[in-house]
Amino acid sequence: MTQMSIAEALRQAIREEMRRDERVFCIGEDIGIPGGFGGAFTVTLGLSDEFGHERILDTPISELGLTGIAVGAAMAGLRPIADVQYADFLFLAMDQLANEAAKMTYMSGGTVKVPLVMRAPVGATARGAQHAQSLEAFLCHIPGLKVVAPATAYDAKGLLKSAVRDDNPVIVFEHKLLYGSKGPRTEKGALSPVGEVPDEDYLVPIGKGIIRRAGKDVTIVGKLLTMYRALAAAEVLARDGIEAEVIDPRTLVPLDKELILESVRKTGRLVIVEEDNLTGGWAGEIAAIVAEEAFYWLDAPIKRVSAPDVPPPFAPVMEQFYVPSAERVVAAVKALF
Amino acid sequence: MPESSVNALDLYRTMLTIRRFEERCNYLYMQGRIPSTLHLYIGQEAVATGVCAHLLPSDYISSTHRPHGHAIAKGVTLRSIMAELFAKRTGCCKGKGGSMHVGDMAVGMFPAIAIVGGGIPVATGAALACKRLATGGVSVAFFGEGATNEGAFHEALNMAAIWQLPAVFVCENNLYAASTPVSVAFRTDSVVGRAAAYGLPGEVADGNDVLAVHEAAGRAIERARSGGGPTLLECMTYRQCGHSRSDPRAYRTKAEEEEWAGRDPIKRMGEQLLAQGLATQSVLDQVEKDVTAAVDDAVAFAEASPAPEPEEALQHVFWDEAAL
Repeated sequence: MTQMSIAEALRQAIREEMRRDERVFCIGEDIGIPGGFGGAFTVTLGLSDEFGHERILDTPISELGLTGIAVGAAMAGLRPIADVQYADFLFLAMDQLANEAAKMTYMSGGTVKVPLVMRAPVGATARGAQHAQSLEAFLCHIPGLKVVAPATAYDAKGLLKSAVRDDNPVIVFEHKLLYGSKGPRTEKGALSPVGEVPDEDYLVPIGKGIIRRAGKDVTIVGKLLTMYRALAAAEVLARDGIEAEVIDPRTLVPLDKELILESVRKTGRLVIVEEDNLTGGWAGEIAAIVAEEAFYWLDAPIKRVSAPDVPPPFAPVMEQFYVPSAERVVAAVKALF
Repeated sequence: MPESSVNALDLYRTMLTIRRFEERCNYLYMQGRIPSTLHLYIGQEAVATGVCAHLLPSDYISSTHRPHGHAIAKGVTLRSIMAELFAKRTGCCKGKGGSMHVGDMAVGMFPAIAIVGGGIPVATGAALACKRLATGGVSVAFFGEGATNEGAFHEALNMAAIWQLPAVFVCENNLYAASTPVSVAFRTDSVVGRAAAYGLPGEVADGNDVLAVHEAAGRAIERARSGGGPTLLECMTYRQCGHSRSDPRAYRTKAEEEEWAGRDPIKRMGEQLLAQGLATQSVLDQVEKDVTAAVDDAVAFAEASPAPEPEEALQHVFWDEAAL
């Protein structure tokens, strides 16, 4: 076991997978330039020293092109780990993700595989509206993509390794305030959770959620940063005698639906917390699933705690208002009793 | 002429196969036996034929919404393409792709990508894989001149050049992007001039002369295979039919169409074979018979094939080794 930040755990996952399989390589912007950043949040820092620049492949600023190249390389026998510096830039790559990566297996009648990993940092971090968005719902909406969102160092390593070994395109959403990036890439106000990470090879299976805190009164579903907001809210609620169960889905597609339904059947109440905008968000999908499949177990309306339907604002005071806080989660839960 | 007579006749046969296959598709479409629409390659056969004659099954191609010619030239079977057009389970995409997505990885053709320009980075990625895995393979992207105004073209050619990938970018300049003529979409006279912007060699070939395409493609593919990096090859050609089956072609003149019909690549090659004594009329007649029989066989196979069950729509969203 080693204590690691999420950035270190992701780096270790990449290192182990690249040692294990010659076909695995990284492709992205500023990922391996000597003296450079090692990716926008230091995840690939130092890897080109071990693996060289053919396998830590720096590209020009060409998100569409590098994603398409990753798709083609994946279909032709390599296993790319692609990287956009900010998830917001996925919009530039969307044709290749939505029309090519996601559909090749289907359009070929199941005869083509696209073992592609796309890593994308989400979350509002005082950078204004174009380096802050949470795009989980956009990507979850596209059949043919798997989507994971690790919130701990253990899951970051185990899920990224599973993603690399999966024969489908897997989007790995990472949160900027959870990386624990060091040096000049340190994020102000970051949570940067450090966790125990096994030194040996292990996988966290794609499609399995986890209960982060057990409780009997209300189910709170949160992912990435909002999982920590849910845990903080649960602490406060416990002092008032409300025992919240906090679920971290870890994988968004395919969703561990049963874990959430089982919990709601037990607690009778559901609050979903996410940093994405409310309308058309991922939280709405969870709410719909529970309304369809566990309606008769509900004792109160389902509540979503999301960012409002505005772009992420810059001013820290506005940004803190925008991103769901533990206080908002507490208030949402209390309104159900 | 550096081509052997066997090669030249093979090129003729491939072009004629594409032509007769598509003429039959058009006929079946008009009869309502093929659903959807068709983007016919009629008039451009020399390009796919001349390029793919150099390729092995281990080489890759990416294609477009107009892919039948590329598929046939790369070796996808007529049966599996026709069955796909008939929306049958035996089609090369099991009925999930249709005309615009035919392909077969067993012969090195990705499912055709019908987003204009979308196949260019994909083929570039395959070239990266060929280089990294040292397969000796090359990867060819086919696209129209319209695609060269997409960002994907620019991004992919730039990276292919930087990394000196074994890629060949084959632009089929058929003068129209759907109804939009090149004069509306380009300030420049040609696409090939853009090669210089990426530090690539570029070459223009008469895309209605299969031997010219074959020669130029041979140079580009040899360069790619031997580590010399990518090439942009612009083939000047003409789409004799409309953009799709619903296109009455009111945006171009009869005179222009007749002029290009006079340069029909198959007619030209047939005349050349006869004039140079590389084939007799009876040999060409036999080729015609063989091709017709092959198309007949493909149609019979497609018609006799089972349709997919509606619920098969739910399969193959994700890769499943067991379902192969």
